[in-house]
Amino acid sequence: MSTDTYSRLVRTAPGAMIARRLGLPRPERLLRREDRPQPVLDPVVVLGRSSGAGTIARLLLDWGADVHRRPDDLQKIGTVVAVLDEVTHPGELGEILLPLAGAMRSLRPGARVVTISRPAGTQDAARDAARGGVEGFVRSLAHEMRRGGTANGILVADEVPLDAPAVVGALRFLLSARSAFVDGQFLHVDAAGTESAHDRPLSGRTALVTGAARGIGAAIARTLHADGARLVLLDVPAAGTELARLANDLRAVPLQLDVTAADAGDRLVTALRQRGLQLDVVVHNAGITRDKLFANMTPERWDPVIGVNIAAPLALHRALLEAGAPGTAEAVLGERPRVVCLASTSGIAGNRGQTNYAASKAGMVAVVRSMAQDLAPFGGTANAVAPGFIETDMTARIPAVQREIARRVNSLQQGGLPVDVAETVAFLASDPAGGLRGDTVRVCGQNIVGK
Amino acid sequence: MPETLTVRDAYVLGGNRIPFARLGGPYAGISNQDMLTAALEGLVARFGLQGERLGEVAGGAVLKLAGDLNLTRESALGTPLDPRTPAIDLSKACTTGLETVLHVSNRIRLGQIDSAIACGVDSASDSPIEVTPRLRRILHRVSAAKRPADRLRALAALRPGDLAPVPPRNAEPRTGMSMGEHQAVTTAQWGITRQAQDELALASHRNLAASYASGFQDDLVTGYRGLGRDQNLRADSSLEKLAGLKPVFGTSNPAVAEPTMTAGNSTPLSDGASAVLLGTREWAAERGLTPLARVVDARTAAVDFAHGEEGLLMAPAYAVPELLDAHGLGLQDLDLLEIHEAFASTVLATLAAWESEEFCRTRLGRDRALGAIDRDRLNVHGSSLAAGHPFAATGGRIVAALAKELHRRARETGRTQRGLVSVCAAGGQGTVALLESDGK
Repeated sequence: MSTDTYSRLVRTAPGAMIARRLGLPRPERLLRREDRPQPVLDPVVVLGRSSGAGTIARLLLDWGADVHRRPDDLQKIGTVVAVLDEVTHPGELGEILLPLAGAMRSLRPGARVVTISRPAGTQDAARDAARGGVEGFVRSLAHEMRRGGTANGILVADEVPLDAPAVVGALRFLLSARSAFVDGQFLHVDAAGTESAHDRPLSGRTALVTGAARGIGAAIARTLHADGARLVLLDVPAAGTELARLANDLRAVPLQLDVTAADAGDRLVTALRQRGLQLDVVVHNAGITRDKLFANMTPERWDPVIGVNIAAPLALHRALLEAGAPGTAEAVLGERPRVVCLASTSGIAGNRGQTNYAASKAGMVAVVRSMAQDLAPFGGTANAVAPGFIETDMTARIPAVQREIARRVNSLQQGGLPVDVAETVAFLASDPAGGLRGDTVRVCGQNIVGK
Repeated sequence: MPETLTVRDAYVLGGNRIPFARLGGPYAGISNQDMLTAALEGLVARFGLQGERLGEVAGGAVLKLAGDLNLTRESALGTPLDPRTPAIDLSKACTTGLETVLHVSNRIRLGQIDSAIACGVDSASDSPIEVTPRLRRILHRVSAAKRPADRLRALAALRPGDLAPVPPRNAEPRTGMSMGEHQAVTTAQWGITRQAQDELALASHRNLAASYASGFQDDLVTGYRGLGRDQNLRADSSLEKLAGLKPVFGTSNPAVAEPTMTAGNSTPLSDGASAVLLGTREWAAERGLTPLARVVDARTAAVDFAHGEEGLLMAPAYAVPELLDAHGLGLQDLDLLEIHEAFASTVLATLAAWESEEFCRTRLGRDRALGAIDRDRLNVHGSSLAAGHPFAATGGRIVAALAKELHRRARETGRTQRGLVSVCAAGGQGTVALLESDGK
């Protein structure tokens, strides 16, 4: 399921010719972690003249990148970081950004453009206009990026310095191949976060993944494992053997549990205590769909979706917190806990036939903000990932025409892979992501619906 | 070799099984090897045994295909266990699963190995089908023939009737009677009522349903092929529903005046697999595993059912007193009893025999009856009537669940807990075992 048939076809010589003649989309094969392991695609251009721009340039040099301060004379450009942290008037945007215009055709396949700026809301109209303007620029530029290139931004709260671990972590994520299907999005850094090792950022951390037996859950488990995490994998008893096989592969602890059971939280806490495990990362991934137009909606289709997708994570979250203050001996949550919830672009933009699913997923977007508040006293946070169209067994059941449309209506003209969602989850589970509090990151290739 | 052998203790450390399915259910078309591999994989995952080289894996199947020569070894090779883990196939009808537990625990006790898995599997849905003896002879002659002409001549002997397959018979070879028919006679002889059988069946379903609801089965069962719990389990069963079923055994037997055995109080044919992890206390401690219960001792017995001296499934009635005597125990000293529910009336006839002064005097040579047992100590988490009974998988199911419950109770009461396992089998055999937990 690595790519769809159409994408494979247009990557052949005759396929490409026909597609070009007919003006059909020609999706680029996106580079993932194995294809492009280096953190930055060289050469790099850092735009901006603030001291923050200097900080970022030095940072990239430290990563071993080939850093330039102007795009002039470069035949090819892999990465552009535009630092706009000190703009005070919309008139200044052009000064910093326009040098990129002439360089757009020099961008390599899979190029990255990332802006670093500060959020609006300063009560200074001109400054807010400039800061707000960055958002419109990035979202539009992302639509114009070609050949698998993406444009994203980092919005850093005023009190957070640009060399804070959270900014560094967010930048590293957006510049890496791990963000291949994240496009036209902003990461909101509200706090400094903490550092972690670059190669195995989750080393020494224990993570729980619900709905782990298959699809996106299994991909999350594999990615967290590759990042060094020890895993507790949870799924319903009926998926027990698939769960056991994955657990055997990753040397993880399998836990068969129906998350909607009334005592699911107690059972989880008991199982963790029996094994002497404390969770540093909790990924609420378990989810189901029961699609139907609302006119035909019944409690049999509505209730399980709400139950599994949003009520269960809420109940588990409460049970984990109530077991003891995170980091203390009796607790089942460790220090600096990271919670990652799976939302959906359907929850953000709405989707015909998915009122129940969208209600549950919009709930996820909202719930991470309050979960982040619950966890803040313990140095913890909660964030959400909102996948767009991802190639899974679940989306393979969508009728063919509808599926074909769904996977083309984004800037990258293709469906994402489970690993794309998993990579973003892994980033949000890492220590630097402690600077993101209650944020929702879309992994949708900039799906045209919603923000 | 050491000068003297010291016998040491073998402990049950835990277990795993796949949910049991009904004949022709979700596991139809699934091989014994696939099911056994799944049960072992779940066990390996639960106890983190990836890459471990165990002392032995002992397993077996009752309905075994000729091609499954090395069933247990092949299944173990399909798991992440160290491929250098030896394996053995054993078979003794329905007691196969319990016998594998005893085989490996004896080896552990003698110091030959420190750890082992005992397991068993059976598929009623994928039972072996043989060719007729005549066809077999013809085919052997064909393959032995040197010239094409001889081969043709051998084949020419073939008649259409030779091509009909021969399915395994669910009947005792010496009597031609099925197990159910045998039990129907025993049931009638002991005067076991329909009501009592249905009540026992209902208790089995209720106890098993409760144990799933309480989470007791969470770390004993690993879902398989979309099945999360035993397919045969009817949480909503009732005496009325059971009373409505028609008798299926003993209906045309003149020795049975009033047939009482129905599909509700008899165990259905099933598919499934189970595995039990055993080891020494030291081996467990090195891996942070908890010894749940010690395998104390076991006995086997057989009865002369062929001449009608005793009921086919009554052997445990003889083996249990012998085992208890060896340890100076009475029935009342047992905290928990697991009597395999081949049929509800098998359990009831066994209990009736122990309560009968005449049986205990004439058959067991004792001066008085063994006595009655508290029903609330019997099959407390349900048994085969509710769970189903894939022949060789039943022993593992019982041993793992009993060990876990003994350990739980020993912890709770601070008192050593004793549990009995009793399994009857085709051929008039029975195997019984004693487990004990100090809760440590």
